[in-house]
Amino acid sequence: MSVLVNKDSKIIVQGFTGSEGTFHAGQMIEYGTNVVGGVTPGKGGQTHLDKPVFNTVKEAVEKVGADTTIIFVPPAFAADAIMEAADAGIKVIITITEGIPVADMITASNYIKGRDCRLVGPNCPGVITPGEAKVGIMPGFVFKKGKVGIVSKSGTLTYEAADQVVKQGLGITTAIGIGGDPIIGTTTKEAVELLINDPETECVVMIGEIGGQLEADAAQWYKESGSKKPVVGFIAGETAPAGRTMGHAGAIVGGSDDTAQAKKRIMRECGIHVVDSPATIGIKVAEVLG
Amino acid sequence: MNLHEYQGKEILNSFGVRIQRGIVAQNKNEAVAAAKQLTAETGTGWHVIKAQVHAGGRGKGGGVKLAKNLEQVEEIAGQIIGMNLITPQTSAEGKKVHQVLVAEDVYYPTEGGETKEFYMSVLLNRSSGRNMIMYSTEGGMDIETVAEETPHLIFTEEIDPSVGLMPFQARRVAFNLGLSGAAFKDMTKFVSALYKAYVSSDASLFEINPVLKTTDDKIMAVDAKVTIDDNALYRHRDYVDMRDLREENPIEVEAKEVGLNYVDLDGNVGCMVNGAGLAMATMDLIKQAGGEPANFLDVGGTADAKRVEEAFRIILKDPNVKAILINIFGGIVRCDRVAQGVVDAYKNMGDAIKVPIIVRLQGTNADIAKELIDNSGLDVQSAVQFQEAADKVQAVIG
Repeated sequence: MSVLVNKDSKIIVQGFTGSEGTFHAGQMIEYGTNVVGGVTPGKGGQTHLDKPVFNTVKEAVEKVGADTTIIFVPPAFAADAIMEAADAGIKVIITITEGIPVADMITASNYIKGRDCRLVGPNCPGVITPGEAKVGIMPGFVFKKGKVGIVSKSGTLTYEAADQVVKQGLGITTAIGIGGDPIIGTTTKEAVELLINDPETECVVMIGEIGGQLEADAAQWYKESGSKKPVVGFIAGETAPAGRTMGHAGAIVGGSDDTAQAKKRIMRECGIHVVDSPATIGIKVAEVLG
Repeated sequence: MNLHEYQGKEILNSFGVRIQRGIVAQNKNEAVAAAKQLTAETGTGWHVIKAQVHAGGRGKGGGVKLAKNLEQVEEIAGQIIGMNLITPQTSAEGKKVHQVLVAEDVYYPTEGGETKEFYMSVLLNRSSGRNMIMYSTEGGMDIETVAEETPHLIFTEEIDPSVGLMPFQARRVAFNLGLSGAAFKDMTKFVSALYKAYVSSDASLFEINPVLKTTDDKIMAVDAKVTIDDNALYRHRDYVDMRDLREENPIEVEAKEVGLNYVDLDGNVGCMVNGAGLAMATMDLIKQAGGEPANFLDVGGTADAKRVEEAFRIILKDPNVKAILINIFGGIVRCDRVAQGVVDAYKNMGDAIKVPIIVRLQGTNADIAKELIDNSGLDVQSAVQFQEAADKVQAVIG
């Protein structure tokens, strides 16, 4: 088992023929991911990387049965690409694009509410189920198959965590990069919930950072769920200066819960095994799995 | 992108939000001319001279003063322009004031009328992914203090993006602020215009403190803190010129020009990392190793020799840096290429690098990279494990 993506996922690439899309689609195909085609408006009918190119997502759904998409479309057009995917009936929408205007994401996240789809990202490294599907920009070889799930806001820190887990002789069920933007689709809580409910996942690594309430919400949910699956947590940014990433009034909405210290305290209170050093994530996972 | 008060007010005004009018001045002569012009246009007798810097709490540091005649305008403007304004939001050295806003006096008396100050901001509620208007009867105060001491006096209106701000919400704002009559009506107009301005300008923060009810029941923005979403600036070419680089850290500005994401900090160990999360984690690890991070620096996905060299130059501009930790997780970017970049950059820079360097490369071709560093003959220490790097940092800073 795994979550979100597996060997049967029928994946399309939006922004397929662009440089980012081309490079990463190539890497995904090389990994063995079931890429069934791509979308670039105006280039429908062509073949790219030996896969069909479609003008619209709807066409890709109808002709090759796409159910998952990965978006490399430039920031100015990315929100539109998300909504197009949702409208076409795509179930899992993974958005890599960084730098989408907040106003566009308010519109897109409102649009997809109530529709039968799940957005991951934007500004994320994607999702990987080792040995089955790499739907993202992560280095595939770092992720060996195993029983540890990873949820993370960060790209390279996800690779770091996976590498540490693998070096302990363990492996990964699915690693979900949820993204570091103020508005994202799948939240920490939702990603943790998916992994806790996955029978093959025996431990979840949850990596967060300063700002927002996502980790606190996930910790609260974990406590209330009464789950016996261990969760190992790390929050980056203990040394980050206040007020640099968030506006002054924004800090109020977050309350006093969005510093690394506060998040770690809440996570510990909820029974999460929090490590203070990013160098000990793997060791802690091995320890809690006995 | 942060704006000055006068720029923020220009934007508000362009969307029909009533503002306290003013004219920006670069020196005391311009200030006097501005005061005369304002009196001619608005009939104001007195003037308020306001330092234009990107920091709150300007009044507390002596950056906002009332002038009751033109001599005082000249004197006060002369004092404020050029001063290092220290407020609760600046560093101990303060911020240099380059310009002032000469503004009309809006606290004029009216028979039987009284003024009232409110707080209002528009911002994103990250939990719901929607914009919200936050407001309070306690204007002119530090809103964090209000939130702590009298949270029941802070109200919010969350905006449904499908329909925008609805009239009932604007009315509720005015009711909650205890208004009636002409002031009530004017507040509903004010709130609607303010929200329209927020959305139309792609702002990520409006903070109006205070929103004033004048003695003759007009509602206006007396201050304006406006932040525009950098990612949306391509839609607002006319705002791009509003960026005042004098208000930003010069090293950060330089870093930005070469495409590096850099934040200047107070510590003694510089760092160069790929990825924001790993960069923050590296800063944390430096602290745990007994050092203090001197910066946040994300070199991004292409850490070639040119980029590494640029990053070195930026980090070394900070004289407090006693050591540099390079932490790269090579994925698509191979570690040996990064290592070669470090070696080349080091050689290119000759004697400019006088501090020990610890390079930790993990991921694709990490072993080859370590060999490359170790055999380079340069004063660079290599590490593969994260902890190993921290230990080496600890050893060099003693």
